[in-house]
Formats: sequence, structure tokens, C-alpha cells
Amino acid sequence: MAQILGLPKLSPTMEEGVLVRWAKQVGDKVSPGDLVAEVETDKANMDFNVEDEGVLLHLFVKEGDTVKLGAPVAILGNAGEDVTALIAQGSGGGAAAPAAKVTEPKAHAAVRASTNAPEPKAEGLPEPTEKPKQDAAAKPAAAPPPTSTAAPVAPAPAGKLLASPLAKSLAVELGIDLRGVTGTGPGGRIVERDVRTAADAGDQPAANAPAAKASPSAAAAPADDQALADDDNEHAAEADDGEAAPPSTAIVSTRATAVAKAVPAADAGEYTDVPASNMRKRIAARLTEAKRDVPHFYLMRRFDPSPLLAFRARLNGLLGDRGKVSVNDLIVKSVAIALRRLPECNAAWMGDAIRRFHHVHIGIAVAIEDGLVTPVVRDADGKGLAVIGAEVADLAKRARSRHLKAHEITGSTFTVSNLGMFDIERFTAIINPPEAGILAVGGISDEPVVRDGQVVAGKRMTLTLSCDHRVIDGALGARLLAIVIEQLEQPESLAL
Amino acid sequence: MPVISYREALNQAMREEMERDENVFIMGEEVGHYNGAYKVTQGLLQRFSERRVIDAPIAEMGFAGVGVGAAMVGLRPIIEFMTFNFSLVAIDQIINNAAKIFQMSGGQFNIPIVFRGPSGPAVQVGSQHSQALESFYAHVPGLSVILPSTPYDAKGLLKAAIRNDNPVVFMEGETLYGSTGEVPDEEYVLPIGKGDIKRAGQHITLVAWSRMVHTCLDAAKELAKDGIEAEVVDPRTLRPLDVPIIVESVHKTGRCVIVEVGWPVAGFGAEVAYQVQKHCLDALDAPVERVTSDDVPMPYAKNLEDQVQPQVADVIAAVRRALYLE
Amino acid sequence: MTTPDTARIEADLPLPTSVDELTPLYRQMLAIRRLEEASAKAYSQGKIGGFLHLIIGQEAVCVGAIATLKPEDYVVATYREHGHAYAKGVAARPIMAELYGKKTGLVKGLGGSMHLFDKATNFLGGYGIVGGHVPLAAGVAFASKYRGDGRVVLCFFGEGSSTIGGFAEGLALAALWKLPVVLICENNQYSMGTPLYRSLAVEDVSLRALAHGMPRDRFDGDDVIKVKRRIAEAVERARTTGEPTLVEVVTYRFRGHSMSDPGLYRTKDEVEEWKRRDPLGKARAHLLELGLAPEKLDDLEADVKAEIEDAVKFAEDSEPADAYLPYVMKGGA
Repeated sequence: MAQILGLPKLSPTMEEGVLVRWAKQVGDKVSPGDLVAEVETDKANMDFNVEDEGVLLHLFVKEGDTVKLGAPVAILGNAGEDVTALIAQGSGGGAAAPAAKVTEPKAHAAVRASTNAPEPKAEGLPEPTEKPKQDAAAKPAAAPPPTSTAAPVAPAPAGKLLASPLAKSLAVELGIDLRGVTGTGPGGRIVERDVRTAADAGDQPAANAPAAKASPSAAAAPADDQALADDDNEHAAEADDGEAAPPSTAIVSTRATAVAKAVPAADAGEYTDVPASNMRKRIAARLTEAKRDVPHFYLMRRFDPSPLLAFRARLNGLLGDRGKVSVNDLIVKSVAIALRRLPECNAAWMGDAIRRFHHVHIGIAVAIEDGLVTPVVRDADGKGLAVIGAEVADLAKRARSRHLKAHEITGSTFTVSNLGMFDIERFTAIINPPEAGILAVGGISDEPVVRDGQVVAGKRMTLTLSCDHRVIDGALGARLLAIVIEQLEQPESLAL
Repeated sequence: MPVISYREALNQAMREEMERDENVFIMGEEVGHYNGAYKVTQGLLQRFSERRVIDAPIAEMGFAGVGVGAAMVGLRPIIEFMTFNFSLVAIDQIINNAAKIFQMSGGQFNIPIVFRGPSGPAVQVGSQHSQALESFYAHVPGLSVILPSTPYDAKGLLKAAIRNDNPVVFMEGETLYGSTGEVPDEEYVLPIGKGDIKRAGQHITLVAWSRMVHTCLDAAKELAKDGIEAEVVDPRTLRPLDVPIIVESVHKTGRCVIVEVGWPVAGFGAEVAYQVQKHCLDALDAPVERVTSDDVPMPYAKNLEDQVQPQVADVIAAVRRALYLE
Repeated sequence: MTTPDTARIEADLPLPTSVDELTPLYRQMLAIRRLEEASAKAYSQGKIGGFLHLIIGQEAVCVGAIATLKPEDYVVATYREHGHAYAKGVAARPIMAELYGKKTGLVKGLGGSMHLFDKATNFLGGYGIVGGHVPLAAGVAFASKYRGDGRVVLCFFGEGSSTIGGFAEGLALAALWKLPVVLICENNQYSMGTPLYRSLAVEDVSLRALAHGMPRDRFDGDDVIKVKRRIAEAVERARTTGEPTLVEVVTYRFRGHSMSDPGLYRTKDEVEEWKRRDPLGKARAHLLELGLAPEKLDDLEADVKAEIEDAVKFAEDSEPADAYLPYVMKGGA
């Protein structure tokens, strides 16, 4: 009875072989143990021997052909047998034996991912076109029974809040109070997706504003909320406890693409209510607080920026295409050095103490679409001008594309705000609590000036220093401003 | 660009380095006349003669020690272990001599030796022939330990290892020899100690080396269907470990799964996990997961062997655990 | 293939030599003896720590053997290697400073007694793993053969190494590949506390050469000139035909295996018996017989005393070792 001979496994890792040489031809008689062909495998050239008695009736492959493991190679049978059918079968491409390539995954049923599991809820995962509703149970009902591979986790001890480190920092960034969040991780651990869910559900500004929606728990995802995590939620830190962590006006998420909240706008005949974004609400709340609670006073000085401009030109000449230093960068450095020289101004009113910061971190106000954000140049007093230039450029760029990280917009001890590019001569800026001051920079103008008793053309620039009178008195503020300007008038000071 | 096999890439590396430097020689069992037990040294005896391609009898401690002695006086040996399982016979020469002579001699004698060969499980070769011993060597100061996962990495890193003035343990994927990939014609050398992102993704970091890189890439393809984009980080060198590339990835994704084919206890993945939790604590949304072989000697039967080793499904399960998606 | 056996048995006759030849050899042996005694003293004062293995009683072997070498030849030895280092040309000061763990030590305080290395004199260590250095020595000889530079390797080990795998494999490869290494077994008849008859089924280490068709030799090591002559033959063989030789030199250590060994496994009488055959005493007597003036001998001995005292003072006064991080890998870890 004729049979198809398939390519046998001649080496443990062989998946295919090259038929290098036929040792027998059609019509030859073979006995068990005879060499039929030589096959090149991944290891070496191996002998292909038969184990049967018979006559070679047909060869499927020729010398030089590559053959897959188990594929038909020849037909062995009795002399004269009709093997037309077998030839057709073997030539049809059907493998004599299936190539067992794919290995079975582990047998443990628990390990298999359930196909009924809901779409991943974690932030940053691409939004599916239809967002599935989650029912009240925090864990989806369709999920498989608890897996045996997950290590048993003890429930959280009573009263202890469990949250992953990422969830904690995200909560701070989005202004979520963890005490109001339900955790879906083991033992009730609050994880990233729970915080994002809470942010979507509530936009609760810490404990102050009333929750507009029902419960901010992860379970009740609002059915009509199509947004991913809101990128203009608030900072929780300024909620109750006036912590020293000086938050800035708005926080941006690093992972979400900005998606506006789809809240319908009221539209009466005579006016239109444009819903206030969370960033606007934040700015409103904080700056009102600043104006209300901080006793501001303002000091103004004009100075001749010509030496500064010449210095900047020389610096940029040296830098070439390695970078650029702007007038504002020079001012930032001057302020930073001045604060190092007058540390009483690098401080905050704490109620019963004045907190003097050990580092000088300068916030740079950057206008972005629909608002304002203040990224921070840390330890600005110790950084070279080219470094400050590069950092500020990078922070501003990422501020506008909303790619700043939480730690980049917190921690400033003083702020510089520049409206010179909008042709503003001078202005008074509002302090960012809990900082003790802010420097407002106006534009450079050409005007008639008096020099050696003559009226000549010259340049002037105005700096306005706002001070928190609880920390900085008039004389101290004047000294600070004087130092800033002295350094700008003799710009080599900025190298010290 | 030419597409060649991992085996061919290693062959090219050795050939090029032997052409370039007269001091490089190869010694091991069956490396010469047999053309290599795994054909990695094929053709080299023919090209370079018996002076430089030396067949050794079965005496791993002996010829590994010969390599160290020769290296001590300025030759650059490539010592092949038929598999790294047999390196255990020679481990005294690797750890007590090669790794330490530079220190013991107060810096007078450096040992520019490469110990190379296939490592890790093959298919159904039983417990004594299936071991992944990289953590044994990665533990030892004085050694570098490299495990390339692709032909491109294999060639560039073997050249680097041969040129390196210190002992290198170069562990090749036994089941990767037939795998193929693009390798440029132009000469190139890769830096020891620098990892590579084999696949970018923003949701979870998978750290793996050697064959498990491919398991992770397969898992990533599956995960992508569910919208989970995994980043596959291949350190390529275990000692010194490119910690920054791993840390940067986990800072981005917030989750990490380490996949290795060795045993769990004190496996190299444990060191990676330590580094991740140390440097990425605040970025982590979930504990670091590890996928390893079961804590058993490797069984022979195919179905059992497959159960013991990490499969794509195991990687996916670990990913889902880290995403709290079970 | 029949294995040629080149062991020789000779009567214990004094070999012809001269004052000029014997004097420097005697001086070296004496210096080593004094160096070892000074180390023992420092060890018991707590100034040397860890393990200290003294070669007292065996000095003729390392001195006689190494005297046959050219400066470019190599020596690989065990952890009992202070004498070998000194004979190869390493000065007493860096040896003693190394034992003291000082910055000025031969290997900067990183090795201690067991790991002396000196590239300048081709002294290739100082190893703590019994027999582990034998393949390494074969490898050094491999390099000589590879380069065709004619340099020879002397590899010293104890009879306790003859049972371990490293020795067996090194021997096998040296024979198979015909490597220019002289494998010198310093058979001091005790492996720590175990006498020879309890470790070897056949108490002749040199016989192992027969299994590999390797030339061998075997003799007593109490006469430094005999050692020199016999090893010179093996060195010549290595240099000219490139063949290895296994040489067993029977000797005796007067002290314990190390400073922590009370030596309870042998009798005082036995030790005294061997002390009467002290190679140092033999050489001294021979020198006087050959006509060296006693005053010259006294001067020599005073000179050696001064040299070793100077080395001790140097070690005492040197700064402690202070760095290890740059010495993990060349170019930094």
C-alpha cells in the first residue's frame, strides 16, 4: 500500500530543510535503513533514511528545493502501484503533518485574558469610538472570577487610604481629593484610572465648589461625558491648608490631548454665555484671592537698556546657532541673583512666620490659548544665561502645546511677567500667592532723554515690582528693584 | 539592506575581527573541523587555519583557563562553550580568574577574553541543557554580560566584545540562530551597556532580553488589538545595565513587566525590578510585574516545557494585571 | 603509541658548581627565608591579616628553578609564592608592603599574600584556587607558541593540586597541544593536614605524565644546584622542542600549611629530621667548602638581614591602601 513520505525532523530545532541530493531515483528499491536523500538542516547536512521496504514511485521535490517539516517528499509503495491520487494529494500543497509551530499558552485558565473585560479605562489609552457604560459595580460584571495568579491582597486596614504613587501625584495635579475616590485596585487601591474617572465625573476643585455631578466615584462614569481627562482641572494644594507648595495658575496634563468639555452654551438674544473653562475659573479664584488677601504696593523704575541690549547681542553672537538669550532671560537672571543677594524677598507670608526659601525658583508667566500658565526655572540664580534661555524657550513651547509636567509648574518663589512684546510700556502685575512679589516688565521704547544736559534720542524700559507688604516693606522693595536694575545696567554682573 | 541570520551575523563578526587583529583566536569544542556544533564558526577554520581556530577536547575548565592565560599576556581569545550549561564546569576560571586578575594584580594585567556560546532553553533538551545562567555572571564585578536578541545586535555587540579589553560573557539565544534580520554591509560596532527600544508604546513598559524580546513583541502585537500599546525595552547588556533607558520608559508609561526565561529566585529580572522601583516609585501605578519560567528544572516533554516557560499569554496576563484589567 | 618515560633515578651526589654560581642562589634563598620569618613575626603582631603561607624549607625549589629562566620567561605560582616572586626579581619592599596591605604594595594592597603579580618581571601571580592556575599557565605557554617567541613558562603547584580537575585538564591540554610549560610539583608531602598516602592512590605525581605521553622528572629538592640543573633540562626542552615536562620535586615545609595551622598531623621528630636536610644549611656548607671566605659569608648574611629589615620598615612606614574602584576593569567599570 503506497504512502507519502514527509520530511522528517532531522534536528531538534529544524523547521525546514533543503533537499541537497537524492540518493535514490524513481523505480529504485529501498530497504529499511537505506539512505534516500541528504537534507541540509539548520545544524548540518543530515541523512534521510527510510524505515520501510518498497519502491520509490514518485519524488515531489528536486535537488535544491527547500521543504517544510512534514511536507511531502516522495511516495513509497509497491512496484507498479497506481499512485495518481496520492500524487495529486501531495502536490496539492497539503502538508503530510501539520507543522507545530505555535506553542500553547499556559494551561492555567486563570491566566487567560478575559475577552469580556471592559475597554481599558486608564488615561492615555486611545478612546474607543463608543465608550461603554459602566454599571454600579466597580468591577465589571463580565469579568472572570478572581484569578488564581493574582496574589491574595488583604483589604486596606480600616481608615487607611491606599493609592499608587502615580495616582497620588495625578490627584494633586488634577485637584482631586483622594478621600472621595473609590479605588478599583487590589485591596481598594486607588489607581490612575480611578483618579481620572473622578476628574471626569466631578471637576471638583478640592473641597470648595459643590459637586455639579452626582458621585465622583469611578463606578459612575457620566454617560454624556465624552472627554478624556480634563486638562484644566485644579490644583488641590491650595484647597484648605495654604501649604507652601506654591501652585501656579493652571495645571496641564501630559497624557491627554486637549478635548474641550462638550457643555452646551446658553444663547439668549442679547448675550452669549461662554462657559468658563476650569483654567479660567482657577485664574479667577486665585487672582481674586491675591487681590483680596495680599496687601500689594507697587514700585516703578525706568532705566536705559542700551548696555543690556549690547550685552545680549554679544552673547548671541557667541552662541551662534547653539542657542539664544532674550532680554527677558537676562531680567530673570538679574531677579534671581537679586533674590539671592536679598533673601528676605525670596519669601512667603505664613501667618505667624515668614518662610524664607532656600532656593530661588523663578516662575515665568506664559500666555497660552484661553489663559496663562507659569512654568518654573529652578535655581535660576545658579544657571548660565544660555541654559536659562534654552529652558525658558522649551518651557514656553511646551506650555503652549500643553505638555508641561506637574513638577514644572509648581515651586516658584518669585515670578517675572513680561508684556513688552504687546507694546505695553508698563503695568502692575498681581502677585501669585504665596510668593512675596512679582516683577512686571514693559517694552523698550525710543524717546528723548537728557544726557549731559542735552536732550538726545535714547531708550528706556520700565520695571514694576509688586510687593506683598506683609513680607516686603517699601525700602526693602526699593532695594530689591535697585539691585535688579543695577545689574541690568552693568550686565557683566549677571556673570557673578 | 541585506537580511541575514543571527548565526551568520555572529560568524561575520568573528571573521571581521580575526581579519582585523592577528591576536584574536577561537577555541572550543568542534569549532574547527566540525564547523561548529551550531554552525556559528562555519568556514573559519578554512579561512584562518588551525593556529587560530583551535578544536579543544572536552575540558572546559582547561581551555577556559588556557584562554585566560593567553589573554593575560596579550592575546584576544574567543572561548566557545558548546552551550553555557557547560560553562559551569569552567566557572572557576571565569569568576575566580578572568573576572579578578585585573584587581588582584592591582591593574597590571587585563583580560581581553570573550566567553561565548548558546544559552537558555532549546527544545526538549532536558534540565541539564536548558539553563539560563545570565544572573550567575551578571552578579560578578569584573565581567560584562551581553545577550543580543537580533542579528543586528549580535554582530555589533560581538565585535564590541572582542575589541573590549576586559572579560565579556556573551550569551547567544540558542533558538535564535536561525532568526533573520537586517544587517548593514558597512562595518559597525555597538556600544556595550546601551539598551534599545525595540518597540515604542505609551501604556506599559516590557523589559526583556534575548529570546523573550520576541515573545514580548508578539505579546505587544496582541495587546495592540485591545488598544494597549506596549513599549519593549531590550537592555542588550545586563552588566553594565542601561538603567536610564528603562527608567525613562517607566516614567513615561507608569507600569512595568519584566520578562525572562530564567528562574524567578534571584533572577536578573529581580535586579531590574529593584532599579525600577527605586527610580520610578512616584511614576508607578502598579507594582512591577515579573514573568519568568517556573521555579523547576526544565522537563523534557514538550507540553510540560511549554508550560514551564513564559509564553505570549503569560506576558499578556501580566500586562493586564499591571493595568488592573483582569 | 608507546609513551616514553624519561624519569631518572640518580644517586644523591653533589653536583659540580662554583662560588660564583652558588653565592647568588644562596643569597636569594637566605633572603626568602628571612622574608618569611619577618612575615610570620608581623602576622603574629597582627600587622598582616588573612592567610599567610610560608615557604620555609622549600626555598631551593623556587630559587633553583627560576635561576634557569631568562627575564622574558614567565612564572605562574600558587598562594605560597613569596619566594617565587622574589626569585623572579620582585624586591622585598613591595612584597612586604603588600603583605601589610599598604598603598606601596606590589599590587596596591588589593591582593595580599596570595595574589602577588608583577608585570615587569613576568611574574604572573599568586592564585588561591588549588590547581586553577595550571590551565592558565598552559594558556600563557599557548601564547608563546602562538607568537613563536620562544618564551617558556614555569608553573608551580603542590602535590595537593594533582587530584583536582584544573590540574588534570591543564596537563592534558599542555600535552595535547605541546605547550612550552614546565609543570613543577612542589611535593611537600602534606596537603594542609593530610599526608600524601591519604590523598593519592599512587604516591608519585610525575607518573601522571605517562598518561599523556609527556616527559617527566622526579627528584629531591634539597640541593639548589640539583634543582637548577634538572629544571634547566626541562626548560631547554620547552624552549627548543616546545614540549612540556611534568617535574615532581620532593621537598618539605618546616612550618604549618599556613599561620593558622598548628601542625598536629606530624611529629616533631619528623620535622627535625627534615630540618637537618635544610637546603639553606646545605648550600651554606657547600659555599664554605668551595672556598668562600667566612667573612664574605657573614657580610652577605648581614646584607640580607639589612635588606629585609629595610623592607619591614618600608612596609610599616608606608601609607595604607586607599583605592579599589579603578581596579575592577581596565578603563573603569
